[in-house]
Formats: sequence, structure tokens, C-alpha cells
Amino acid sequence: MKKIDRNCDTGEKAPSRLIFSCARIRLNGDRGLLCEYADTIDPEVNQTVRAMAHLLMQHKPAGVQNAVPSYRSLCLTYDPKATNPAALKEALARLEGRLSETPLSEPAVVEIPVCYGGIYGPDLAFVAEHAGVSEEDAVWLHSRVEYPIYMIGFAPGFCYLGGLDERLATPRLETPRTQVAAGSVGIANAQTGMYPSASPGGWQLIGRTPLRLFAPEREDPFLYQPGDRIRFVPVSEDEYRQIAAREGDR
Amino acid sequence: MNLFKVIMPGPCTTVQDQGRFDFLHMGVPASGTVDRFAARVGNWLVGNPDDAAVLEITVIGPQLEVQAEADVALTGAEMTLQINKQPAPAWASCRVKPGDTLQVGMATGGCRGYLAVSGGIAVEPVMGSRATYLGGKLGGIAGRPIKAGDLIARGPQPLLEQPRQLPAKWIRACPNEIFLRAIQGPQEDAFYDSLDLFFSTRYEVSAEANRMGYRLSGTPIHHDANCPDSIISEPSMPGNVQIPADGQPIILLAEQTVGGYSKIATVISSDLDRVGQAKPGDKVRFVQVTLERAHAILRERRNRFREIKALLGG
Repeated sequence: MKKIDRNCDTGEKAPSRLIFSCARIRLNGDRGLLCEYADTIDPEVNQTVRAMAHLLMQHKPAGVQNAVPSYRSLCLTYDPKATNPAALKEALARLEGRLSETPLSEPAVVEIPVCYGGIYGPDLAFVAEHAGVSEEDAVWLHSRVEYPIYMIGFAPGFCYLGGLDERLATPRLETPRTQVAAGSVGIANAQTGMYPSASPGGWQLIGRTPLRLFAPEREDPFLYQPGDRIRFVPVSEDEYRQIAAREGDR
Repeated sequence: MNLFKVIMPGPCTTVQDQGRFDFLHMGVPASGTVDRFAARVGNWLVGNPDDAAVLEITVIGPQLEVQAEADVALTGAEMTLQINKQPAPAWASCRVKPGDTLQVGMATGGCRGYLAVSGGIAVEPVMGSRATYLGGKLGGIAGRPIKAGDLIARGPQPLLEQPRQLPAKWIRACPNEIFLRAIQGPQEDAFYDSLDLFFSTRYEVSAEANRMGYRLSGTPIHHDANCPDSIISEPSMPGNVQIPADGQPIILLAEQTVGGYSKIATVISSDLDRVGQAKPGDKVRFVQVTLERAHAILRERRNRFREIKALLGG
């Protein structure tokens, strides 16, 4: 059951139309508008947000500079010389009208090879024990689903993924590591994700990918975008090393 | 052409331009100069376009050996400029030639100085910009501050026929007590009981102040009763004032794209220069303004910029 927003001024029954009409717009400073489409994390809402951001960037109504999507809202930045919130609200309503006629492309499934456990996943044993399953089963639970990318932020290419099997939810490390290797795949509470670059981190590390998830000098620095689905594919240490060697040459 | 060899880099001197805006949705923040007024005026003083890359200097300036002829200009924080140990004016173009030594001193007011050079700092753009994103180790010179031994190039550009100077009336002082005009929200509805307190507290800039954000210390701000103390992660804007669990506000600057903390108010874009010049120990007060007032201030700012640019012949 989708939550109904009683502040909405239409009595429409279809949940997706209801969400559009209820886009709540907040000022984000003097050059931004935060457009909220719901107050929960939900795949359909997220799809709407990403589609709206895409339409905004494609059609660029006067004065629009950027549209950044997130879980359930997007932030639109604008030039006050060329537009204002009232005009932008109208532009948004017009674009929302086009959503139903705009076919959404099938999300890409991006396969990420991961060597689980051992030196690449020092916390796999803990995560498995916490879940009450064997390490093999933990790997199976983690790698058998596709994870939708709700948004990317915090660091270049850092994905906010949905869909982690709740059995694998594990609290963060009590003491974060000062250095987590780039490509590490981890779990923190109900979230799973990858560290595209080395950084300090408090996630439980269960594996690592040899792929360079963020390469600024590449023509396309990233391997995925919001809306894509990540599939982790278990590989052996040998395969890891082979892939890593190829990545080094790219 | 190589312009400078770095003898002493200063604590944090980075190459910055106006930033990269095409990858915000991928977690790559804009970065770029944090005192836009100072950076742009510097560029106009040496005959550059608005967005030529400059050196952003933090608190203590570098010592540089000059290897090519160029016009340079120092703007921003109150810092001394010496060429071959002789004082040279700030907010003015200065001619340097091979063999000269250029030294920028310690800021006595403000935090960030800008050194503009003829043709701009020439580094290969990364993802469309020459700005350094320190957190992501990309852009500028290998994604890091300059270090001793670095060779810094400038773009090809004819030198000025006449020196340029900014009239004194336009030079911006950097006081150590500042007022930041801010619009409520986006999550003002989580702080209705604290808005008055927030807009009347005299905060102090803590030691945790950098290009990512400025942590302030002062009377803690609490969320209203029954309001959750975090939000679903959403995109952030420079100037957002986040309220984390300890109630000490953080002003976001140039190196963040999303966040899960509520934001009580947002510093207006025209006042981000002032944030960029604040340093630990400085006092900050927020002044509430409406959106209309913020836009009027932005218009005035742009008019001022146009006037100065025309005056300087930029």
C-alpha cells in the first residue's frame, strides 16, 4: 500500500500520478530547488525521480543548470537571471506530463566480478557468523540478487544500492579502518556497496573487485549510472589477478 | 610554457578554476575557487577570461621561482606579495621575468589568496575542469596541493600593454567577524523552535574548517520534538548549513554532493566568498533573508562584477 499524502490537491487514485501532483518543492538556497516526490525509499519513486532529472537535463527549461537525482528527490539548480521558482514549477509540471509518454530504457545490468573472503574480504567470516550461515551461503545470498542503484554520491561512483538480503545486515565495524582498498565490497547495516576509491571506512568488507570503478582519465570514468542494476559475480583469486592485470593496461 | 618552479608550496596551495558541474549526480563535487570575487578579479587584472585556472593559497603563501615572463596578480586574503624580496602591490598586475623569486606571505586577514597568471595555470583538464578535488585526488596537479619541485605552466597569452590595478574602493577587506545572509531550509520545518536561536547565535569557526565544509561551535541546535534527526540522503548545495547529532552547525562548501543531515538554512550564493575567507577563530552570525532579497543581492553583485570587469579592461 503506498502512503497517501493528504496534502495533495487532487483526488487521483493511481499512486504514480498522485506522486507527481504532490512533488513538494523546497528552496535549497537562492539557486536550488529540492523537488521531493515521496517520503520513502521506493523503486518506483526513484524511477520517477531519475526520469524527471533526465527530462530536465534533456530539455533544459530556461535557466535550468543541473538536476541531480537522489532516492526520492532531485535538486534542480538554476540561474535566477533567467528563471524563478514559479516558472520552474510550471516547467516541472509540463515535464511531468510527458513522463507517461516517455519510454524508460531498460536498466543496464552491470556485472562486477568479486573475489569474496580471504585477503579481499576479511570480514566475510564475521558477516556469515552474524547471519548464522556458512561463508559459502553468505556469498550465495550476496551474489544471487541484482541491486538497483538508487543514487550515487558521497564519493565519485559510490552507489547507494537497494536489495540486500536482510539476513546479511551487519552493524559497521566498531573501529573503522583507516584505509580500505579501492574496489572493496562491503556491508553496513542494511546497506551493501563498493568503495570506488581507497578511503577510511567502517563497513564490513566481504570481498573486492579488480575492476577500476572510477577512472577519471577514461572517456567514461564510470561503469554504471543511477538506475542501473549491479550484479556481483564471484570469481577466484586467479581470475581476480587476471582481471586486475587487464585493468592495469586500460 | 613553464612559469614557476615551486620552492616552498605553503600548507595547501591548489589549482582551481570555476569547477566541474557535469558529474554531480555521480558523486563528483564541483570543487573550484571558494572566493569567486577574488579569483575573477585576479584573472581580469592579468587579462584572462573569468574562468582561467588560478592558484588558491591557504593561509600561508608559496615561494616560487619564475621561469618565464608573465603578469601575475594576488587577490583575496590580506597577504603580502614580494618579488625579489621587494614589496609588490596586491589587487594589481605585476610583471615577473625569468630568474625572479615570488613570495606570498601569511594571511593577516582572511584565509584564501588567489594568484592569477597570464593565460591561466595550464594543467590538463580532468573531467572537464582544472579544479582540484582534494577528497577524490583528481584534477589540478595530480589531485593534490602543489609541492616543492613542481613545475607549473601557464597558458599562452600576450602580456598586458599597461599594468592594471583595482581601485581601492573595490578591494575587499576580510574581517574576522562576518555576517552570512541565509535563506531558511530546506529542512526549516524540522527546526521551527530553533530558528530564532540559530539566527541570533554568534558562532566561532572551529579548527575543522576546509574546502569540504566549515564546522562551527556555539549553542547547539536541536531538532524540533518528534522530528527525526536525519533525513533520506539527498543532494546538497554549497552553503547548506547541516545540523548533525551534536547540534554544531556545518556550512557545506565545495566538495560535497549529497548528505543525510537536516539543513536548517542555506547561505546565499553571493556570500559564499565570505565563507571561503573565514578561518578558525573567526566569528560568524547568520542573517535571515528572503529569496527575493537574495536574488536582489545577486543582481547587485553581478552588476558590480560587470562594472569592475569593464573598468579593468577585462
